[in-house]
Amino acid sequence: MLDLRLPMGLMFSLVGTMLTIYGLCTWGGDQYVKSLGININLWWGLTLLAFGLAMLGLARWAAAAEKDK
Amino acid sequence: MQLGQLQFIDYAILAIYVIFVLGIGFALKRSMKNSADFFMSGRAIPAWITGLAFMSANLGALELVGMTACGAKYGIATSHFYWVGAIPAMVFLAIFMMPFYYGSKARSVPEYLKLRFDERTRCLNSISFAVMTVFASGISMHCLAQLLDQLLGWNYHISLWICSAVVLVYVLKGGLTSAIYTEVLQFFMIVLGFAPVVYLGMKDVGGWDVLKTQLTVVAQDPGAVGLSAPAAGHVFSDNAWTSAWQPLMQGALNNPMGVDLFAMVFGLGFVLSFGYWCTNFLVVQRAMAARNMTAARRTPLIAAVPKMILPILVILPGMLAVALATMGKGYSLPAKQIEVTEKVLVAMEEAGKMKPEQGVEQISKALKAKLDEAKTEAIINKFAAKSGFDKGELQKQLQGAVVEKDFNNVILSLVTRYCPSGMLGLALTALLASFMSGMAGNVTAFNTVWTYDLYQAYMAPNKSDAHYMWMGRVITVVGILLSIACAYFAKNYDNAMDVIQLVFGFVNAPLFATFLLGMFWSGTTATGAFVGLLGGITTSALFHGMTMAEGKGGWLPIHLYDKFPSTMAQNFWLASFAFISCFVLTLGISLVTQRTKNDEDLKGLVYSLTPKLQDQGGPWILRPAVLGTILLVACAALNYIFW
Repeated sequence: MLDLRLPMGLMFSLVGTMLTIYGLCTWGGDQYVKSLGININLWWGLTLLAFGLAMLGLARWAAAAEKDK
Repeated sequence: MQLGQLQFIDYAILAIYVIFVLGIGFALKRSMKNSADFFMSGRAIPAWITGLAFMSANLGALELVGMTACGAKYGIATSHFYWVGAIPAMVFLAIFMMPFYYGSKARSVPEYLKLRFDERTRCLNSISFAVMTVFASGISMHCLAQLLDQLLGWNYHISLWICSAVVLVYVLKGGLTSAIYTEVLQFFMIVLGFAPVVYLGMKDVGGWDVLKTQLTVVAQDPGAVGLSAPAAGHVFSDNAWTSAWQPLMQGALNNPMGVDLFAMVFGLGFVLSFGYWCTNFLVVQRAMAARNMTAARRTPLIAAVPKMILPILVILPGMLAVALATMGKGYSLPAKQIEVTEKVLVAMEEAGKMKPEQGVEQISKALKAKLDEAKTEAIINKFAAKSGFDKGELQKQLQGAVVEKDFNNVILSLVTRYCPSGMLGLALTALLASFMSGMAGNVTAFNTVWTYDLYQAYMAPNKSDAHYMWMGRVITVVGILLSIACAYFAKNYDNAMDVIQLVFGFVNAPLFATFLLGMFWSGTTATGAFVGLLGGITTSALFHGMTMAEGKGGWLPIHLYDKFPSTMAQNFWLASFAFISCFVLTLGISLVTQRTKNDEDLKGLVYSLTPKLQDQGGPWILRPAVLGTILLVACAALNYIFW
């Protein structure tokens, strides 16, 4: 059966990358007054990316362990 | 309230989510070979996934929205719904009840009732459960479509049908596994989508200590921010919003929930909580899909960990919102949304000819919202002078005069306040995801109970497995269509929906007594269980008819008690009475009726007749009893910290 970590990792990596790029493109923009001067898109995008990559890593590790068996 | 304009990036995040859930459905299609795969995920899911799905099936959008609302209205005491009303029951399910659900041949909770008692109890339980799930998913979809309409101006009908269609496709393709996978995905979406909002809110308020100080201000005068004030002659103590137990100990009138200690501990903590977590097939089905007994028993325990810390995400924002409203930072709690209908226009015209107070009352009634008198009078004078006024302008002006708060919009008002485009799309997608997974969860529980407990049991026994699989797909489509019908019903008959939910409350309240006696006392007879359950349901209905709280209930001519300070207290007491009467009746009738099942039949279904379970493998620390104890200690510690 499909390992859930695979699509989940892919999705969060993708969304994280998009938010990061969007955050970079809108650096210093007025909209960040809302988020108390923090470029929340950039920082949270990076967090999502890290989470997504960790999920992908776990999925790969599990697949490798399965193969060894 | 308006969420503001969505940008391309927001739509892109939403689109990616939809593509991924559909993709998961299609990828799982290959694993759906027989009906057990479709309805029970082939009992092959690892514990961490069933665990998160177990918790997430309950963390629907309505929970997120409702618990934030309660966080604002009642403060930290709201976490009793988690620390008292969930964790102990989840541990009990894992240690004592899961062996019977997973170990017996039952494929659903109603089927367990049939094996343990007889067809009568199963029939009652499966029919009420099936109807309830359809209504639950209908209400959830209605709220979603209404929200999208209010916030983004999307068409109600289009949102409703498209979201339902997405759910339909992935449930049809991947069955229960699809629903479980998307529930886990939804859990992470909610955590990752709303955590930044909580962080920014906390930073804006200025940290925990400032929050506590501000909530003391709120407790001294709740009316100032639009919360309901304490009953006449009472004042809340300063820690009413910041202590979980102390205000509760001072009696029902002295805490914002209006609940006394007994109702909280016995009514919520025992009867309602155990009744929900241990007998509701919607959540139990997730554990039953686990890959083996150990995984099944670990499911509720794994679920208990995020459940315990979830108040940070769902209750804290409500508390932050109330504190913010006192700080003069340009934030006030969201006002109730009104709609200027024909009825309101008529009321406006009539109001022009009445005394001012009467006019305001007339309009307030037509709008179903409390209004500021001075402002409304000014509006009446302004519009009465003109003939043929602009409806949009009137709507805007009247909205400005609304003083009644809509606490269900608290979480979204924070999202609007803090989220720039990008983050906005993520939070919105998380919300949409939780509505859709709520529907999927209900539909998968519905199709299983329908196919196994109603269709196979009473309409078409002894058919091929392929036939039941076909039936499962058909009933999934029917279930979604019925949910849509219920959504329209909820849209048009608001009050009827309340009555329906109330009736299900009556049916569910006594259920745990039946399970408790059935599982732990072999002397419980089928007749005892059935009559006891009916008696319990009758007791809840009678109790509701003879008591009153906030003007609710009391529809019978005889009233026993009309002084409940809140409907919540009434509800907790109702459950307590229903449980006790069901328990006593079942016990009494079982003693005087003959058992129809012998000890051999009940092996694996009753505690004393089942061989003790040996936990296979794993270190001792991971044994359910050990894990459960650790969780209970942690939960007690949390209660102590926020005492």
